[in-house]
Amino acid sequence: MSCCAPGAEMALNLDGATSSLPASHEIRLASRSLGDDLSQTDLSVPTVHCAACIQAIETALGKLDRIEGVRVNLSTKRVSIRWRGNEVPPFAAALGRLGYAAHLFDPQVGEKDKTLSELIRAVAVAGFAAGNIMLLSVSVWSGAEGATRDLFHWVSALIAIPALAFAGGIYFRSAWNALRHGRMNMDVPIAVGVSLAYAMSLYETINHGDHAYFDASVSLLFFLLIGRTLDHVMRERARTAVNGLSRLAARGAMVLREDGSRDYLPVEEIEPGLQLLITAGERIPVDGKIIRGSSDLDCSLVSGESTPRTVTSGESVQAGTLNLTGPLTVEATAAAKDSFLAEMVRLMEAAEGGRARYRRIADRVSALYAPVVHLTAFVTFLGWMVATGDWHRAMTIAIAVLIITCPCALGLAVPIVQVVAARRLFERGVMVKDGSAMERLAAIDTAVFDKTGTLTLEQPRLVNASSIDPAMLAIAADMAAHSRHPFSRAIAGCAGYGGEPKLESVSEHPGFGIEATAAGSTWRLGRRGWAGWKARAGEESRYGGTVLTKDGIIVAAFIFEDVLRADARAAIEQLNNARVSVEMLSGDTVAACGEVAATLGIHHFVPALLPSGKVECIKTLAKDGHKVLMVGDGLNDTPALGAAHVSIAPATAADVGRKAADFVFLRESLSVVPLALDVSRKAGRLIRQNIAIAIVYNTIAVPIAILGHVTPLIAAIAMSASSLLVIGNALRLQGFAASPPETVRTHGKRSSIGALARSS
Amino acid sequence: MTTLVYLIPVALFLGALGLSGFLWALRSGQYEDLDGAAERILIDREERPER
Repeated sequence: MSCCAPGAEMALNLDGATSSLPASHEIRLASRSLGDDLSQTDLSVPTVHCAACIQAIETALGKLDRIEGVRVNLSTKRVSIRWRGNEVPPFAAALGRLGYAAHLFDPQVGEKDKTLSELIRAVAVAGFAAGNIMLLSVSVWSGAEGATRDLFHWVSALIAIPALAFAGGIYFRSAWNALRHGRMNMDVPIAVGVSLAYAMSLYETINHGDHAYFDASVSLLFFLLIGRTLDHVMRERARTAVNGLSRLAARGAMVLREDGSRDYLPVEEIEPGLQLLITAGERIPVDGKIIRGSSDLDCSLVSGESTPRTVTSGESVQAGTLNLTGPLTVEATAAAKDSFLAEMVRLMEAAEGGRARYRRIADRVSALYAPVVHLTAFVTFLGWMVATGDWHRAMTIAIAVLIITCPCALGLAVPIVQVVAARRLFERGVMVKDGSAMERLAAIDTAVFDKTGTLTLEQPRLVNASSIDPAMLAIAADMAAHSRHPFSRAIAGCAGYGGEPKLESVSEHPGFGIEATAAGSTWRLGRRGWAGWKARAGEESRYGGTVLTKDGIIVAAFIFEDVLRADARAAIEQLNNARVSVEMLSGDTVAACGEVAATLGIHHFVPALLPSGKVECIKTLAKDGHKVLMVGDGLNDTPALGAAHVSIAPATAADVGRKAADFVFLRESLSVVPLALDVSRKAGRLIRQNIAIAIVYNTIAVPIAILGHVTPLIAAIAMSASSLLVIGNALRLQGFAASPPETVRTHGKRSSIGALARSS
Repeated sequence: MTTLVYLIPVALFLGALGLSGFLWALRSGQYEDLDGAAERILIDREERPER
């Protein structure tokens, strides 16, 4: 598919031979005008992955006429092309010739990531301030006295101001938001601790005191921002990778006006009653009714049916189905916002209640942590007031308590583990959309799979190739090369014989098959009733539905089955070993489902489901107290993906489905499902350990602080040590065996931390 | 003490120089494509420098 070694990351052939290049109308719709006759187009090219790719694309496109500049971005796997004039240069075709499938993506989604640059800037400023203040603090700790110490404190105070304003702003805003809505998050104690520490240090400095905590407050921010930035990078990476996969959803269609003129309109402007021309290979943009033409439709993404449906004029078609074989004229019956796809999105939003209620473990811990810490500090203050009556001393010690409890370790404990885990999964071709997905996945006890496109690959495979006369197979393969029908592609893939007669005229009859003449006889490949017009009725049972005929006599029959995904069986066994029960829900027929279920050893399946039926099944399971993982790819699975506790979709899924899923996997193998489960459970264990470490650290450090023995030096050492400890612990996830996941032990003995976190 | 009067500003100035250098690099898009930058060093330039 691409220039170099196979198996390179994300070398995914999403729609291979059927991938229709973006039409120039669509490219024009997706381009930005830069003024001065210049336009810029960004294309997503998922298969770019090395220097040779960059060079091939940049030189080949640079040679085209009217192209001003080409730049490949390898991190986001995009190409941005600047070009002149009104006509779109044929760069999509040029990319296609090089072997790179190009997709358009939503320009709104392709916005530059402002949060990331804000975070990186904040990290830089905090790092600069923390370094300089630490330098001055070390001089103070090593014995600077009197005026020198005061000077150093003043300089530190000055350096800290921009750092707090700029880097701390992120936390102050988030904390304020949480408080305003009556919630607690980890940012509240951070904001309170940092600002109190700064205020007290400033007071001390003004009064020539000898302890100031400027270094503590700024390096705290620095550490936390590092964790937050890593977390953001992980999510952003997954998000751009997922967006880059957008299959070309129909962005527009050719509209046939009453007076015979043709217009290309974007999807939003298509109204009921307009006539649309849909060529073979296009997706149908809105629900409609066929007026002219007949064809085969691939409905697998919409309903889960694995066999293409034959349609003729008068029948209605759903948005999102792929027109395979013949041109159609369709009268739109609904606008895009009322079409099937939009309806699925609405169903999904309705089903998403369960997930919104999930609270991340970090939030649950912080809901406990913040009140406890603030209460401790307050009680310490009261205690010292009662004991000594010296309010200045009481205040100093209370703030030392706030600082030493250091949300650092807790603030880092969770994101660091999740970043490392996400990285591990990313290397194996799994994108994690957000950290809480891993927490939710670790808790599941039931996995529900969709059949078509998830357990199977939506590609029929020729089963009986070995029993067909090779000469006949070669002729059939030759004819099949002229069609997009999945059966034809399966037959065409079996070519490998050179002595067949030359085909003369080849024509496709949508809904029936392909007809060709060769060496004076008429060959037909397609439906039995149409191709074998001389066949006797008794032969029905002996042959499958697709046959090759020579002058009406059947000479070969083809039997197909859906190809199972690699490792589907092993994956299901591993899930069973991990104490997860497996079920299958599908929109396909009973027979097709039964076969797959028997092959894979799935004992429980429900066939012929409507999208709402899938949601019902999942809700029933959830009512019985199960935590459900949904793995699915179709439009019809989207509501179910939303309804489940956690969801996984393959990269080949419908765009809406991919957006709804928590995990997206890029490889063909299903073994990533148990892998993701395994990594998530290990990450869950490490997170609990990290929280335990943080709590143990606090139980040691807090009494020391309460007794008033903490100086800025001790605070700095203790804080850094605890942060390094949790980071080191998180990195152990890298060391875990990455080979096939072993049976996961379920935790018999819940750690007290876990119980603590859950009880809140 | 007198040395400190100019040493501290010098240290801060150098630090700020590094910081502004970093921010400039960030703004001019040098952090947009880190993976690409790593790979691009392998691309041979066609025009050889004249010797």
